[in-house]
Amino acid sequence: MNTRSEHAPIIQMKDIEKHFGAVIALAGVSIDIFPGECHCLLGDNGAGKSTFIKTMSGVHKPTKGEIIFDGKPMHFDDPRDAMDAGIATVHQHLAMIPLMSVSRNFFMGNEPVKKIAGINFFDREKADRITMEEMRKMGINLRGPDQAVGTLSGGERQTVAISRAVHFGAKVLILDEPTSALGVRQTSNVLATIDKVRKQGVAVVFITHNVRHALAVGDRFTVLNRGKTLGTAQRGQITPDELQDMMAGGQELAQLDDALGGTV
Amino acid sequence: MSQSAQPTPATDERIKDISRLRQSLIRPELGGICGTVLVFTFFLLTALDSGMFNSQGVLNWSTVSAQFMIIAVGACLLMIAGEFDLSVGSMIGFAGMMIAIFSVTLGWPVWMAILITFTLCTALGALNGFIVIRTGLPSFIVTLAFLFILRGFTIYFPQTLERKTIIGGISDAAQGDWLAPVFGGKILGWLFQWLGEAGLIATFERGTRAGQPVVDGIPMLIVWAIALVFFGHVLLTRTRFGNWIFASGGDAEAARNSGVPVNRVKILMFMFTAFCATVFATCQVMEFGSAGADRGLLKEFEAIIAVVIGGALLTGGYGSVIGAALGALIFGVVQQGLFFAGVESSLFRVFLGVILLGAVILNTYIRRMITGER
Ligand SMILES: Nc1ncnc2c1ncn2[C@@H]1O[C@H](COP(=O)(O)OP(=O)(O)OP(=O)(O)O)[C@@H](O)[C@H]1O
Ligand SMILES: [Mg+2]
Repeated sequence: MNTRSEHAPIIQMKDIEKHFGAVIALAGVSIDIFPGECHCLLGDNGAGKSTFIKTMSGVHKPTKGEIIFDGKPMHFDDPRDAMDAGIATVHQHLAMIPLMSVSRNFFMGNEPVKKIAGINFFDREKADRITMEEMRKMGINLRGPDQAVGTLSGGERQTVAISRAVHFGAKVLILDEPTSALGVRQTSNVLATIDKVRKQGVAVVFITHNVRHALAVGDRFTVLNRGKTLGTAQRGQITPDELQDMMAGGQELAQLDDALGGTV
Repeated sequence: MSQSAQPTPATDERIKDISRLRQSLIRPELGGICGTVLVFTFFLLTALDSGMFNSQGVLNWSTVSAQFMIIAVGACLLMIAGEFDLSVGSMIGFAGMMIAIFSVTLGWPVWMAILITFTLCTALGALNGFIVIRTGLPSFIVTLAFLFILRGFTIYFPQTLERKTIIGGISDAAQGDWLAPVFGGKILGWLFQWLGEAGLIATFERGTRAGQPVVDGIPMLIVWAIALVFFGHVLLTRTRFGNWIFASGGDAEAARNSGVPVNRVKILMFMFTAFCATVFATCQVMEFGSAGADRGLLKEFEAIIAVVIGGALLTGGYGSVIGAALGALIFGVVQQGLFFAGVESSLFRVFLGVILLGAVILNTYIRRMITGER
């Protein structure tokens, strides 16, 4: 394999700050993401994980800081730019439209077209076929590609969002708590998929609150706390307990641990 | 990939077989289709020999329906994109008045008056959209403001320029113009000539036009209506832009996160609505030969009613252009049909209200079945 692509980061986030009015959601976060690695992003609720990956996927513009993509400074004006660059995201709120069919949702913003008489038409056959195929790979049987997303269960919706991102994430796949609503089988499917795309050289950014899921697939772990990084750890350098402590901001959980008599 | 699950079966035992018929019935236009069937059955039974279904009668209600259709297509796509335009009626009055002022008061060639009016009005539509996007205000409020602003100008301009609120003389100005017939002309004259000679449709019995068919062609208004419905339907269901329209109205934030250029879609739809209103106005001005300051009054509501009868969701993200066209057809047929049937014209509103309510109840029920909306 090409060593340069192995060792040069695909995305470098340098001192990213994001302010929402008076709220400082990110106060200077830097991480590097390498091709073929699964980078877990961990941290408390409100730590800034979603905000951080949104600056990576073009939804938010960072207030300060620099994003280097594939060696070049990158300015994503909107999510389209990021998507065109091969960055696909499963947002925490899924970005799905309940009134629309599964296949229309699947290709929303990336519709395949076919030319008839010089006019670009939405190639719905292709869209339907790929959607059904990708969903089956994830272990979900749809009634049909024109089933509305509103009729799907929460986990099924999440699976649509994930297979959509896997399908479009040529270089970087960002997953914001993708397994929060999934059953056991679908979860293991997602983890297996992460493993598979990672082996194909895709960089995966995986946000989760579940330490076991993180440890199952993660190569490196970055913990965010109140808009700052608490550091990045390699796989094998850290025990599950240490990781869990860091995720909750360290001390607090230790105290809680005592209070609950070691049940957490 | 040892943890990957075993292949899932190709069919799901939890799905009941739904009959073909039932499946083909569950579509957004069902309310419109039922309404259309109902309305035609009603008038075929009550007004068959009143002249409603001879050539003049058909032309009469088709023309009225076509007027509704033209503005309904614009309103439909805009509503699916999640926005309203209450300034459609005022835009119709304004566009007509601008054509009259440019061509009669200022004496410009009619084609130039028409083209400049189209440019001006679609630009106003874009302004509507731009304000909605920029301020984040509901389009209901922004376009309500434009309803008053445009109507105000429509009265002010002719009054200050000509000291009257109706400007005539456009027919004379349009003589020999190349663009005017595209809105005011008729097509297929030869076909109607032939039909008249064959005795299939009524012809004039005396006078200077004796022997000529009473209906001597299809007005361009109807051609525009059909073309716009076709365009809107194909755009919505068969193109990538159509998917963006649904997405923008369904959930703008989610659409944005998925890379849909929501602002552009919405502004373009405001422009398209204004375009449709201008088509309506131009056809009307060319037909009447005059522009009046009160033209287009309440048209925005008629357009919205047609769209809602046609199955669109008021909050956006769902609807059908074909449905809206059927809604417009129902509207036109009922309005003119009651006249043919000799029913007291005030009952028009009662009839319309009943149809509106019935269609909307049916539509809501169907939509819930399709979308799983609760
Ligand atoms: N659009 C916004 N406007 C204002 N404040 C925001 C906005 N988005 C996020 N924030 C704030 O930024 C902080 C970080 O939010 P973020 O959603 O990134 O947290 P998170 O780490 O993803 O949490 P969770 O685990 O609950 O998903 C929160 O305090 C939140 O209130
Ligand atoms: Mg989050």
